Amino acid sequence: MDTQPIPERAPVVRPRRSPWAVRGEWLLELIIRFCGISAVLFVLAIFFFVFREAFPVLGREGFSLTQFLFSSEWYPTSATHVRYGTWALTVGSFSVTALAMIIAVPFGLGAAIFVSEFCGPRLREVLKIVIELLAAIPSVVWGFIGLTVMSKLIVDLTGAPVGVNLLNGGLILALMSVPIIVSIGEDALKAVPDSYREAGLALGATRWQLVYRVLLPAAKNGLLAAVLLGVGRAVGETMAVLMATGHAVHIPLGVLDSVRTLTANIAAELGEAPAGSDHYRVLFLTGVLLFSITFVVNLTADLVIRGIRRK
Amino acid sequence: MDTMFAETPLVRVKRRRESLARGVFFCMSVAMILPLVAIVTYLVVKAWPTLSWNFLVDIPREGMREGGIWPALVGTIYLVFISLAVAAPLGILAAIYLSEYARDNWFNRIINLAVINLAGVPSIVHALFGLGAFVYAAKFGYSIISASLTLAIMTLPVIIASTREALASVPQSFREACWNVGATRWQTIRSIVLPNSVSGILTGVILQVSRAAGETAPIMFTGAVFYKAVERGTLLPYYLDEQCMALSMHLYTISTQVPGVEESLPYATAVVLLGAVLLVNASAIALRVVLRSRKKW
Amino acid sequence: MTPTPAIEVRDLRLSYGPREVIHGISFEVGRHEILAVIGPAQSGKTSLLRCINRTIEFVPGTTVTGGIRVNGQDVATVRNVFELRRTIGMVAPLPVGLPLTIYDNVAFAPRCAGLSRKDELDTLVERCLRQAALWDEVKDRLDSLGTRLSGGQQQRLTIARALSHQPEILCLDEFSIAIDPVTTMRIEEVLKELRREMTIILVTNLTQQARRLADRTLFLYNGEIIELDRNEVVFSDRPGNRKTYEYVNGIFG
Repeated sequence: MDTQPIPERAPVVRPRRSPWAVRGEWLLELIIRFCGISAVLFVLAIFFFVFREAFPVLGREGFSLTQFLFSSEWYPTSATHVRYGTWALTVGSFSVTALAMIIAVPFGLGAAIFVSEFCGPRLREVLKIVIELLAAIPSVVWGFIGLTVMSKLIVDLTGAPVGVNLLNGGLILALMSVPIIVSIGEDALKAVPDSYREAGLALGATRWQLVYRVLLPAAKNGLLAAVLLGVGRAVGETMAVLMATGHAVHIPLGVLDSVRTLTANIAAELGEAPAGSDHYRVLFLTGVLLFSITFVVNLTADLVIRGIRRK
Repeated sequence: MDTMFAETPLVRVKRRRESLARGVFFCMSVAMILPLVAIVTYLVVKAWPTLSWNFLVDIPREGMREGGIWPALVGTIYLVFISLAVAAPLGILAAIYLSEYARDNWFNRIINLAVINLAGVPSIVHALFGLGAFVYAAKFGYSIISASLTLAIMTLPVIIASTREALASVPQSFREACWNVGATRWQTIRSIVLPNSVSGILTGVILQVSRAAGETAPIMFTGAVFYKAVERGTLLPYYLDEQCMALSMHLYTISTQVPGVEESLPYATAVVLLGAVLLVNASAIALRVVLRSRKKW
Repeated sequence: MTPTPAIEVRDLRLSYGPREVIHGISFEVGRHEILAVIGPAQSGKTSLLRCINRTIEFVPGTTVTGGIRVNGQDVATVRNVFELRRTIGMVAPLPVGLPLTIYDNVAFAPRCAGLSRKDELDTLVERCLRQAALWDEVKDRLDSLGTRLSGGQQQRLTIARALSHQPEILCLDEFSIAIDPVTTMRIEEVLKELRREMTIILVTNLTQQARRLADRTLFLYNGEIIELDRNEVVFSDRPGNRKTYEYVNGIFG
């Protein structure tokens, strides 16, 4: 290359942003950062305020944490024999959840597999819309359905004395948690690379063999997370179980027994407990217990999901 | 050639299993659709005698055993829009922070975890929080404000999640192209990222509306009441510092707390609530379909 | 008096987490020079460019040490990093038409810089599109979407955008991998014109392209400079390093 002299170019006049634009942007970014942190503040605030209302009862004479957690005697308004044991409520919560999961997990995962592996694109769109709508039905409407439709069916079919019971709540909760299991489960299956599918099909596997031998093992963490999030939803559900499970505070012996859950108990009694009373504070303590349970469940689900992403 | 690809017994078994599996999974999916259809049909049939324009604009009469749902309907609209006004800006900005500003460090992992947990906190715990924080600590009392704020915090994760998804769908190469020409982060977000994710954000906002409209537990102890006397058909019956009725709460009340309610009344209330929520959701879906076809790249 | 070089790199080291990918390189680029950077994939070419305009900061977990001076100013301590990026035009390997109109694509950077007068923008847009040899093809549809253009047109649009903030240095990162040979030749003509006005760094994996266009060529391999010399030397039968000869002639790489 010859190095003929090239004239220096004329200096460029560069435009400047107005200082107000720069300052406005700085302020806006500050606000954005603050909003980002707000989620943490809210979670802390929820714990703080619920715990703050519950705290005084911890030091109260006659109250013991062991009794609160493991006694099944719940007589908050008794004149002589006041007991705050939530064990029956905890068992109630978990039995309803367990029943719901026994029904919802096979259906949810089956539907997830069908949606992601077996059906055509148009049917998939339709099914996904239905799932979304199913997930949108408010819990009070589910509770109402349990109270009216489902309880009548249960009385007619099983001859149980009352239709609002463990079975009813379990069925309603199952219907409520199926959508979340389907959508998260489908995401997990979708995350399996297509090359696995192609390799399987190239080896002459049928779709079913592919699902059973390749996709399920590959997606098992995601499917587990889907189930856990379903559990989280079911444990935390309030209105539906309040209306559908009946009101008996005792450890259920069969699926046709009435039960009460931790959530329903708060909803049912908070209105009657005078603010500042022991009863009121114990209900808040139940809230702390619930918060902790769902925290652990969600944390586990998140860790499981994160585990897949790492891989 | 015929013999070469003839069915062996093994293949026949494989095929039979295949169609069995397909059938079972199909039934499981249908088992999910059936309840939706059955429930909606049943509710509408039972509600039919009561459903009318008059039912919507009339007030409850005879101790809520007859009449309409006007005060509850308006109350729900109040709660939904005030909670939306709080949750939408907060949620959208939080999502912008998480997807555009946050780097992958421990602090932002905690924020992520907080968002996930906020979504998982049971609604009744939100109610306790609203009672402790807004009704008592902030001294808003049992009021529309307290109830709306509780709803706003509860539905925040809905907006955050869908906004983040919408922002993440804008290709990273666009951002890099903007940074390369000396655009600041905010200039990039405002001119490229936001305009191309607005449909997703809008969907999130709509979903928040449907969620807020249906919730009962969080407003039960913070601002919703069983009954409040209101003139028939008044447009703005409530002040923000007083309690109000709400559709979801009303359905709970007349189906469990009030004896002797005319049979079709709770059904009609349920149909109105369900119809409103499903309509809002359907509009979100429609919006998504329309805007997806207008993608710019 | 020797003028300050356009870019001066001193002992630049870059690590992604614990893995160092550029191991202390130093070189200078003179004004109005075309410097080609060649080397196999993963040798740190793109990272080098990203260090120069500091967009490396957007990649999580990177640490940069050593100095890069642009026009005599250290980029690490520059007060207004956006101003710095505006003095450097950057063209990515894959063409990126922003989802804006063609006009807005080119007017984007000046607007971000604070230019808002319509007549000035009009002249600027036309000049940049002409410089990028795209004006004749798009002048009748400036308000259609930039993302709807063909790949080659989008790459020239990207170049027009890189010119729109009036840079003094233009960095092109393998600009020809996604476009056809005819368009490549057109862009090469454009670059020969542009060198009258600016310094050009051309990262390329086509050694012949480096030979055609550059004054000097830098052979980067595994984050180290194997050779940096005038083209006559690098592409001769006896370059300073045997590896260079082998790479240029396709014996290894």
